[in-house]
Amino acid sequence: MHATEALAEADRLMVVCNSCRYCEGLCAVFPAMEMRRSFADGDLNYLANLCHSCGACYTDCQFSPPHEFQVNVPQTLALVRNQSYAAYAQPRMMARFFAGNDRKAAIVSLAAVIVFALAFAFGGQNREAARAGRMFYALMPHNAMAGAFGLVAVLALRAMVLGLRAFWRDIQAPTAQRLSWPAFWPAIWRAMSDAASLRYLDGGGAGCEDDAKPDSRRFYHHFTFYGFMLCFAATSIATLYHYSFGREAPYPLWDLPVVLGTFGGIGLLIGPPGLYLAKKARNPALRDAGAQGMENAFLALLFLTAASGLALLALRATPLLTPALALHLGVVMGLFITMPYGKFVHGIYRFAALVNYAMERKAHG
Amino acid sequence: MTNESELNFDIVIIGGGNAALCAAISASEGGARVVVLEGAPKFYRGGNTRHTRNMRCAHDSATATLSGPYGEDEFFDDLLRVTEGQTDEPLARHMIHESKDMLDWIAQQGVRFQPSLGGTLSLGRTNSFFLGGGRAMLNALYQTAERAGVEVLYDAEVTELEIEDGMFLSATFKSGQQSRRVRGRALIAASGGFEANIEWLKQYWGDVADNFLIRGTPYNRGSVLSMLLAQGVQPIGDPKQCHAVAIDARAPKFDGGIITRLDCVVFGIVVNKHAQRFYDEGEEVWPKRYAIWGRLVAAQPDQIAYIIFDARSLDLFMPSLFPPIKANNIGELAQALGLDAAQLSNTIGQFNQSVREGNFDPNILDDCHTENLTPPKSHWARKIETAPFYAYPVRPGITFTYLGTKVGKDARMLMTDGKPAANMFAAGEIMAGNVLGKGYAAGIGMTIGSVFGRIAGREAARNARN
Repeated sequence: MHATEALAEADRLMVVCNSCRYCEGLCAVFPAMEMRRSFADGDLNYLANLCHSCGACYTDCQFSPPHEFQVNVPQTLALVRNQSYAAYAQPRMMARFFAGNDRKAAIVSLAAVIVFALAFAFGGQNREAARAGRMFYALMPHNAMAGAFGLVAVLALRAMVLGLRAFWRDIQAPTAQRLSWPAFWPAIWRAMSDAASLRYLDGGGAGCEDDAKPDSRRFYHHFTFYGFMLCFAATSIATLYHYSFGREAPYPLWDLPVVLGTFGGIGLLIGPPGLYLAKKARNPALRDAGAQGMENAFLALLFLTAASGLALLALRATPLLTPALALHLGVVMGLFITMPYGKFVHGIYRFAALVNYAMERKAHG
Repeated sequence: MTNESELNFDIVIIGGGNAALCAAISASEGGARVVVLEGAPKFYRGGNTRHTRNMRCAHDSATATLSGPYGEDEFFDDLLRVTEGQTDEPLARHMIHESKDMLDWIAQQGVRFQPSLGGTLSLGRTNSFFLGGGRAMLNALYQTAERAGVEVLYDAEVTELEIEDGMFLSATFKSGQQSRRVRGRALIAASGGFEANIEWLKQYWGDVADNFLIRGTPYNRGSVLSMLLAQGVQPIGDPKQCHAVAIDARAPKFDGGIITRLDCVVFGIVVNKHAQRFYDEGEEVWPKRYAIWGRLVAAQPDQIAYIIFDARSLDLFMPSLFPPIKANNIGELAQALGLDAAQLSNTIGQFNQSVREGNFDPNILDDCHTENLTPPKSHWARKIETAPFYAYPVRPGITFTYLGTKVGKDARMLMTDGKPAANMFAAGEIMAGNVLGKGYAAGIGMTIGSVFGRIAGREAARNARN
């Protein structure tokens, strides 16, 4: 009936929860559940990705363990959610990347750092100039760098778009919902506001009994997400500068790429370690222990991206430019390559689930 | 064997549900040092409050979570209707008046409310729903109580009460392998009813009670209630009565809670183990009739019955925990249920022949009914003819008992000689029979618990100071 044991368990729980409904005020998962009477895999993957893992429904539940009904929605949905990342991964063979994800991400990133280091050591056109710390592109021509990253980015983007399409089709299939464009745009707007504020991370206001108060995950997630977006903006502006205005890096300290990148980098120095510690402090009963490696790998890559980027900023006028640049480019390359095959995709599927929820809610009045 | 270290508090509260916690918070607001003896382990704390989801409080205007006003007189009229007059009017009116203040007070203790749950729209004006349900409410109350310095002991089942002439002196409770005694200047009994004590139920029901399922906590064994009554506290409420509904027969013996209830009686027929009908399934709208079906099933042989309906009705009611038993024809269904196939076909055939279908409407008393059939089905009668066919086995599910301790407006127990107890108070299910002599109205148990818990805490604190 169901593809995995976790999906079968999620089905069992949703039948229990749908008979009770006491939790419907906590988040989006339970109202979405109430719109259904049976739960196909697509429905369950949708609900699992809608769940923000706040944990409130676990401590509010009269049937959670040790009760014989053994209702643990946060952990079961976490398991389904984490397995869904592999299930929707494109190309299909890359689903395997999720097993031992932290080790694989570390190997990929380390390899990328080594490749850059070797390229600079043997392939650099103007190492003297670089050693004097004058020019980035003395080490590697901008077009070579942009080409390498552009290719990886396009492949990663393609993989994520295909994964998103597979997810979207799957969650729409059970209800035979047809996408209506007039409903789609307001739903996008609503989902953006829900995602930007992490609306469903606090169990309707009271949060999870077992978590520290206040739950610091929201705080650190904001640092992480907005830090990442600032870095992304910095890179985009720099690209624009380079190709549209012919202005090459390095940029002065007051200029947008440096300012945005610095603030973003600080966000990524604070957010990921904070998230790591906040997650570690949680009741293990709420978590999917098997996915912690994947989460740690993503947090580590974000942190290292920021740390190496800021180090590069500090060292760009010194002889240490070469190793700093190799480290930064290698880590960023590792981040790009592993993006569709790690925790990063949670944002994509969660956003799509929020869009679907906004549309469903509208349709159900 | 009593442990050498004796505890000493101003107020000893027995029980750990809504009434006990409201009493604890209110007593510590009054400056008292309070201990709560909860007989259950921590996870099961709170008795039947764990399974609740709302409370019924009077209010003069709509609020963020209530769709309109619900005045004191209307509340009292509702109470009169469900109890058929079996209530202590001055006490009930006092409770209803005090309930107006409860919504704010409970919210101040950290409990959050939400608009009425899906599928319970008829309660949206009168009842305040707890965000996350009863256990969420309890978690908030425990947090507030502990912050106020209330000492909570779990697995602390009370085994003995020392009472002299209506004056509480001490309670002895289990503490690990040993017993321990706690002295107090006042006692608040908030330990629920005795519905989980099958032996006690058997005194009135005989072996029939072996087939009862207990919907809530297995810890409401009524031991404190029986100790109090044995030591001269005046009883109230019919000892034989309990609130009983028909729930899924596959539910666990205890603590199956809300998810084993079935709301589909009105859409089908109900037969006993001889495959015969025994009551008008469509007599009234379901909220007004669900509470009689426990008793009806209890009166059938082996206390078992089967709700039978067809494919047309499958999605008309709230889903429940166990899937219905499904078959392609009546013969197979009878076999799956262990019923006589010929008799079941005969019963359904007779029913189908008597049905006069009109405009079926599940939301009103419609005109689909039977003619020349005993017992009749007065509304929502439709032929059972569209495969697949479905059935739910049902048994009596006991929610709570009515026997309790008599109290006055100050929640103080009364002794059999009519005098008020010196320092003993009661709140919640253990004294609900004062207000609710019969029947039930959604959310009223929590009102009784909160209002009398708060009063008991306040009065006991005052008592302890003097």
